[in-house]
Amino acid sequence: MSLLVICDHDRGKLAEASLEALAFGRSLATSAGLDMEAVVVGEGAESAAVDLAAHGASTVHVASHELLTDFGPEAWGETVTQLVRSSGAEVVLACGTDRGNEVVAHVAARLDQPFVANCRSVEPDAGDWTITRVQWGGSLLEDVSLTAEVVLVTVAHHAVEPSVAAAPAAGVVAAFRPDLDASLAHTVVADRVVLTRGVTLSTAPVVVGGGRGVGSAEAFGPLEELAGLLGGVVGCSRAVTNNGWRPHSDQVGQTGTRIAPDIYIASGISGAIQHWVGAMAAKNILAINTDSEANMVARAGHAVIGDLHQVIPAIIEEIRRRRG
Amino acid sequence: MRILVCVKRVPAPGARINVTADGMAVDSAHLGFTTSPHEECAVEEAVRLVGEHGGEVTVMTLGPAAAEEQLRYAASVGAHRFVLVPIQEVDWDPQRTAAALAGAIGDVESADGAFDLILFGNESADAGGFQVGVRVAYALGRPVVNGIKGVDIADGVASARREVDGGFEVYNLPMPAVLGVKEGINLPRYPTMKGRLASKKAEVVVDERSVEVGGQARVRLHRPVETVSETVILGTGPEAAPAVVDLLEELGLLT
Ligand SMILES: Cc1cc2nc3c(=O)[nH]c(=O)nc-3n(C[C@H](O)[C@H](O)[C@H](O)COP(=O)(O)OP(=O)(O)OC[C@H]3O[C@@H](n4cnc5c(N)ncnc54)[C@H](O)[C@@H]3O)c2cc1C
Repeated sequence: MSLLVICDHDRGKLAEASLEALAFGRSLATSAGLDMEAVVVGEGAESAAVDLAAHGASTVHVASHELLTDFGPEAWGETVTQLVRSSGAEVVLACGTDRGNEVVAHVAARLDQPFVANCRSVEPDAGDWTITRVQWGGSLLEDVSLTAEVVLVTVAHHAVEPSVAAAPAAGVVAAFRPDLDASLAHTVVADRVVLTRGVTLSTAPVVVGGGRGVGSAEAFGPLEELAGLLGGVVGCSRAVTNNGWRPHSDQVGQTGTRIAPDIYIASGISGAIQHWVGAMAAKNILAINTDSEANMVARAGHAVIGDLHQVIPAIIEEIRRRRG
Repeated sequence: MRILVCVKRVPAPGARINVTADGMAVDSAHLGFTTSPHEECAVEEAVRLVGEHGGEVTVMTLGPAAAEEQLRYAASVGAHRFVLVPIQEVDWDPQRTAAALAGAIGDVESADGAFDLILFGNESADAGGFQVGVRVAYALGRPVVNGIKGVDIADGVASARREVDGGFEVYNLPMPAVLGVKEGINLPRYPTMKGRLASKKAEVVVDERSVEVGGQARVRLHRPVETVSETVILGTGPEAAPAVVDLLEELGLLT
């Protein structure tokens, strides 16, 4: 009996998210008494096989087909479905990225089986399964019991650290050629547009955030300036995007971007739970707020109580003074 | 063009999410409710598309009777027809939800023909199951792509953009098609006074479905353990600036 991990790679280099899924898969395979296998799809997949062995895959299914040269959620979902049918996998696992959740949803629809997304823990339990998964983008946990013929789950992204197996597994490569209907071409990527940008919100070392307290689009000027001085970018709350002061691509939170800077300077932001889940991975948080009782102040490591329209210009001035 | 949007009513918590004593639901006693953000944008997108190409927007929700509030909100921002699939429970599991919605969509389509486009939110704000739209599309035999942040319609094809790191992917789906959209695809309008008045008269069709439960059952909801440490107050007002810059220096961010 086997557990199948769906792995994503870029020309043979395994995605960080897939390494998380493999680490999660190894411990689940051990507790459930299953053999861990992996499936890779797309060009260059074979070269991922050595790495997959190091991460504990006994068999590496390499799926190839004309319709699999670029990503297509339906073609990928159909491929994994056929592989599950032919290999008899009992558990199918992927990392809960946009792609991972989408592909497993397709497998679930095709197999008519439940799919539990973004799990933190999955334990076999007397024929059923006991699972803890995240809701509200991570603000709330849900314990569920699962009854299924094939267990389809994703592991919440960043819930486990990637790690290699204590001893490498065999990693036997097995070619898999799915039978795909030509109509699945309808949802294969038709084109790619690259928007080259420098530091992005998700990777910036410093994020200067502004909320409703900033008051207008123009008033973000000093925040831009401070971010510029620190080599960072500006982020914002949903109240700001809803007012049209900043584009949605600047939004931090559950329905925006998750950030992980060295410092997040959150000014004029109350710290609603949906904002907080996007900001909590920051290594340091400095809240600037007129309200000392604001949730952002309570959760931040450091805070300044005061009007951001005075505090931020004063910080800029002080940085300039010290730099001479 | 006929577009269907499936939306979910969700509570709108503030600083923290509290759970009911039995652990089965978010304690919404002191909370307002809203349309899950991705779906609010889906409604806006549908209204804009029919504004451009002509046609009509239908909005459907599976939820408690009170979810009529979210259908009326959709009416106030320009949607035309409304279907409520009522449930007594707090939430239905994803398989059950998808089966009920597919059935209810079948009812509307057998009377009026297939929708050209069906929009879902990428995932609901509360349960976040990431699957209902895909299941419904599969049941209806239609192409579907998630994570969509832009749509153009021409010659029977929905050209959809999905944001990926540093750019986007383009998918061309022949219609009828299904899309899972994300917040940021547009900036939803606010209802006008006229829209609000019209929404009061909107007719809501109720389509009760009886569907078996799926394999995933809620046991309880609980808050993740949080380590809240003491906040260091660096000062009050602009006088705090030197202390802030000291901190930035300490973190090595001032080089
Ligand atoms: C399902 C769902 C998903 C959501 N997703 C997100 C999301 O992804 N991201 C997000 O941000 N929100 C999200 N929200 C919205 C969230 O609940 C809050 O409404 C929002 O984050 C509030 O933004 P804010 O803090 O800027 O505004 P407010 O809550 O209005 O807070 C403004 C703060 O500014 C302070 N202030 C005012 N003036 C000044 C001044 N001059 N100087 C200093 N401080 C000042 C006030 O004391 C207050 O603390 C979501 C909501 C829901 C229901």
